[in-house]
Amino acid sequence: MTDRNSQIVAFVREETIPQAPPPTAEAGVVKWVRVNLFSSIPYSILTLVSLYVIYAILASFLPWLFNGVWHTSNIRECREVLEGATGGCFSVLSDRWNQLLFGIAYPSDQYWRPSLAFVLLFGALAPVLFPNAPRRLLILTGLYPFIAFWLVWGGTIFIPLMALAGVAAGYLVYSRYVADSFAMGAAGGVATAMVVWWIGGFVTGATEGVLALEAVPSRDMGGFMLNMILGVVCVSLSLPLGIALALGRQSSMPIIKWICVVFIEFIRGVPLITLLFVANVVLAYFLPPGTNFDLILRVIIMITMFASAYIAEVIRGGLAALPRGQYEAADSLGLDYAQSMRLIILPQALKISIPGIVNVAVGLFKDTTLVSVISMFDLVGMIRGPILASSDWNGVYWELWLFAALLFFVVCYGISQYSQWLERQLATDHR
Amino acid sequence: MTTFTDPPSESFRLSMLLNDTRYRSYTFQFIALLILIVMMAYLGMNLVRNLAAAGLNISYEFLDQPAGYDINQSLIDYNSQSTHMTAAVVGIINTLLVAFLACLTATLIGVVAGVLRLSKNWLVSKLMAAYVEAFRNVPVLIWIIIIFTVVTAVLPGARAYLGEDPEYDLFLGMMAFTNRGVYIPALIWGPGSGVVAAVFVASIFGVFAYRRYARNLLFETGRLLPMGWPSLAILIVPSLLVFFVMGQPITMDMPDPLANRFNLRGGLQIGAPLIALWLALSIYTGAFIAENVRAGIQAISKGQTEAAASLGLRPNRIMNLVVLPQALRVIIPPLISQYLNITKNSSLAIAVGYADVTATLGGITLNQTGRAIECVLLLMLFYLVISLSISSIMNVYNKSVSLKER
Amino acid sequence: MKKTVFLGALTVAGLAAGAAAAATLDDVKARGKLNCGVTTGLVGFAAPDSNGEWNGFDVSVCRAVAAAVLGDATAVEFVPTTGKTRFTALASGEIDMLARNTTWTFSRDVDLKFTFVGVNYYDGQGFLAPKNLGVSSAKDLDGATVCIQTGTTTELNLADFFRANKIEYQPVPIETNAEAQQQYLAGACDVFTTDASGLAATRATFENPGDHVLMPEIISKEPLGPLVRHGDEEWSDIVRWTLNALISAEELGITSANIAEMSAGTNNPEINRILGTEGTLGEMLGLDAEWAKRAIAAGGNYGEIFAKNIGEATPIGLARGLNAQWTDGGLLYSPPFR
Repeated sequence: MTDRNSQIVAFVREETIPQAPPPTAEAGVVKWVRVNLFSSIPYSILTLVSLYVIYAILASFLPWLFNGVWHTSNIRECREVLEGATGGCFSVLSDRWNQLLFGIAYPSDQYWRPSLAFVLLFGALAPVLFPNAPRRLLILTGLYPFIAFWLVWGGTIFIPLMALAGVAAGYLVYSRYVADSFAMGAAGGVATAMVVWWIGGFVTGATEGVLALEAVPSRDMGGFMLNMILGVVCVSLSLPLGIALALGRQSSMPIIKWICVVFIEFIRGVPLITLLFVANVVLAYFLPPGTNFDLILRVIIMITMFASAYIAEVIRGGLAALPRGQYEAADSLGLDYAQSMRLIILPQALKISIPGIVNVAVGLFKDTTLVSVISMFDLVGMIRGPILASSDWNGVYWELWLFAALLFFVVCYGISQYSQWLERQLATDHR
Repeated sequence: MTTFTDPPSESFRLSMLLNDTRYRSYTFQFIALLILIVMMAYLGMNLVRNLAAAGLNISYEFLDQPAGYDINQSLIDYNSQSTHMTAAVVGIINTLLVAFLACLTATLIGVVAGVLRLSKNWLVSKLMAAYVEAFRNVPVLIWIIIIFTVVTAVLPGARAYLGEDPEYDLFLGMMAFTNRGVYIPALIWGPGSGVVAAVFVASIFGVFAYRRYARNLLFETGRLLPMGWPSLAILIVPSLLVFFVMGQPITMDMPDPLANRFNLRGGLQIGAPLIALWLALSIYTGAFIAENVRAGIQAISKGQTEAAASLGLRPNRIMNLVVLPQALRVIIPPLISQYLNITKNSSLAIAVGYADVTATLGGITLNQTGRAIECVLLLMLFYLVISLSISSIMNVYNKSVSLKER
Repeated sequence: MKKTVFLGALTVAGLAAGAAAAATLDDVKARGKLNCGVTTGLVGFAAPDSNGEWNGFDVSVCRAVAAAVLGDATAVEFVPTTGKTRFTALASGEIDMLARNTTWTFSRDVDLKFTFVGVNYYDGQGFLAPKNLGVSSAKDLDGATVCIQTGTTTELNLADFFRANKIEYQPVPIETNAEAQQQYLAGACDVFTTDASGLAATRATFENPGDHVLMPEIISKEPLGPLVRHGDEEWSDIVRWTLNALISAEELGITSANIAEMSAGTNNPEINRILGTEGTLGEMLGLDAEWAKRAIAAGGNYGEIFAKNIGEATPIGLARGLNAQWTDGGLLYSPPFR
């Protein structure tokens, strides 16, 4: 058989042929393009349209960007340099860089202070945001509010020191009594802190100028720094307030519940800008005659109230999402309300709420630009006010607005990426 | 509160107010109420004292005074001799108008962008992702200003359309796009036009009736009636017939480039501030809605799509009949809170000079009368009413679509 | 824990509290700074330069008052205000005086309870139009689109003017001057209206100022001046007479150049009284004898301030017009110092 076959068949393959590469349409770039861009006629049309859109945007944007002028001192010089060609007058950014970031009134030799506070902010936030950051950084987190206050506002170091002493004393008292009763611990802690602050008032009065940085009044804050200050301060202040409101809204005590509901719904029902109007033009009438709050402080109060209502709703969502069994388990262990909240419910509810809280924080940070409407010189206010009004830079819009947009984009995109990362981290243990 | 008057039980001791959980909550509530009342009284007293010291008073009489200023865009009759009250109403209507328009377009943009972002087309999905991220991460105020600048800079001035030999001709002979606004033909309702309108409304109901009939027929007998062209015919044909029978009572008022040397006259003018605000709000909020839509679609488990496919449904039917109805339950609540946001963000109209309620009542009226407290209170009241009504609608809807489980 | 930033700030604010209660003069002296409300930016009147230094015609009034009261023309905290916020800022004591080209009107004086201490600029509302629009009079503006800067008396004047002339217009209200300008230059409105001085200042910043003209009509009276709260007469006297000192100084020929020489004593008793070498005017105001000398030395007399900030030699190029001394046919007429 074998012999015959070998004679009949002219050729017998004795080894396997090497694997052929797939057809060009099914491999590499071509396949990727075909599958991802031109898989069907409608998709191909969409792709072509998208390509055209991208081209149109880039074609007008890139020359403007790359032909930009960076070193002139006013718009007339810039126009001369450009000689009618397309190009951005980016020199407005280099000329007014410090004003965009720090406002007009912050002493220019003190710029290092807010910058340092900004850098330290990352250190302070790290242990809160990243579970595997070194725990020792938590000390920095605790101290950060005082350091930042001292750095940004200046004045004697005794003001933040006394504030810190008050908090520390209050915490000591609280931790001593919390085992007996949360209410007693909290009340004792607050009372102690108040006493220390009251005493501290005399100390700071006496030590004015000791170890002092140049004091900067808060109305001298401006530029992007003001947005950062408002964002960071208001978000951190609104967290405890929001938790309290959320617990109040879930409470079984009708009066407390209704106070919280009315507050939350009222704040969420009106635009932030009307609250800022209140801060600016109405609040003064509700304060005792002769009191004169700083505008920035009034704004901080209003934005904090605003943010806390939104955060309360996020946390309420977190509380509602916890399985009923968690509440019942806490009760069955014989924990009282404060204990069950502090030890069982809130840690879990807050963890679920973190992405929501981050969203609120991003939204709030963006909303800080609204203060420009009430004549504060934040980044947007700087652009709309002094810079565009000056004869040097009157008529430079795109450069300034796109710069502002870019600045906010970098910060907010960073935060939202973090939030997504965190969501993935948190999601792992549910799957 | 009635519980306070309940007769205390025999063994009630004062210390139980603090130590007994049954009574402790009353103590807390009483303290909270007390603090609240004291705070209110304190603020109220300060207000009275401050007003007395400044020689001012709270009075809403200014609402009946002539406003004295003009408003560029008003859906109701308004001139500078109208009262501040009328000016406020004009502002309210303008707020509702821009909010309504922006809600429509934002939903449209959001749904398209959200669906496209999940598209298998790499380029399109990346482009949509870029759009969503760019708009979500930059303050809406900046976007409003940028878009207003774009509208002003890109569109030609009105004079480009004017005169015997204009630079631009009217688009289709009836529309003009200028940086002062878009001019479109206005409808003039002649005598008898009411009948046409009534017939048109009736035809809309007719379309729904037909569709319902067709659907029932499909479910009962399996016979599939055509949907598209009969609906269209029911919608248009009767109205057209009546329109011609009545002798063409509805005519169009075209924008006229020759009537005035500064502006086009006639037609319907949609002002540039409105367009800029409308665009900005809808593009900005569209980005958020796109994210909601995407999340809603992704929340539907893959098994649903696969099950539908194994039943032999075509892809667009899977979307329409299986995925979207379920996704809507996830999408609608955040969607409505986006509508709320649009309404509230429309208060940024002052940045572009659109006469919404913040610009009339909370702006010029406040400036001219100096009645800050009254104006701001009224302003907040208005927004509160709007928000609460929208959120109560949302609650009703939520109840109606929530899964009736267990 | 983070609450303490807030509380710390509260303490700071608590220290600053009690501002409006006491007499304004004492407050300013205790604070060592004058809080002066200005615009958020109008070239020539009040605008910060690239170093954050405020300059302008209104700013000079603030500096003169600060020099008179505190002896330091730089001891001024400039508080930017918008049309909406300026009156509340003044009423609530956030600022001690407002120098924000504010029109002196009956209702502001009487109803809103402010005291206008004088007029530092006699203005009127005008129209700015491109030359190629071919309009020579505001009465030809039938059907035109008009950009207005909001928060002023401008809206009302404009409505009155067009109603009186029975012509139509479309208002485009804009918050800031810079944005109004942008609209105007892009052709989104045919004309731009605000106070004539503001128009001149705005035109000065254009790429081609020559392509734009001011209409001949001035449709309103706009006496602009600094104002203070009702009820503190000592303080309003100080601001009023500081302004008058600047005006009188020009009339009497006291300039920043010759003030040192003149304060050695002159033959003119009024000059001597102003400069404090004769009489006790300063004491009557609750200040020292050299208050007016410092005020004038700070930025020069009225004429010098005018010339430096908005005069014909500057890009803004305003003529004195109504704002000349009464001896030159203008309206500036300071009551005598005696």
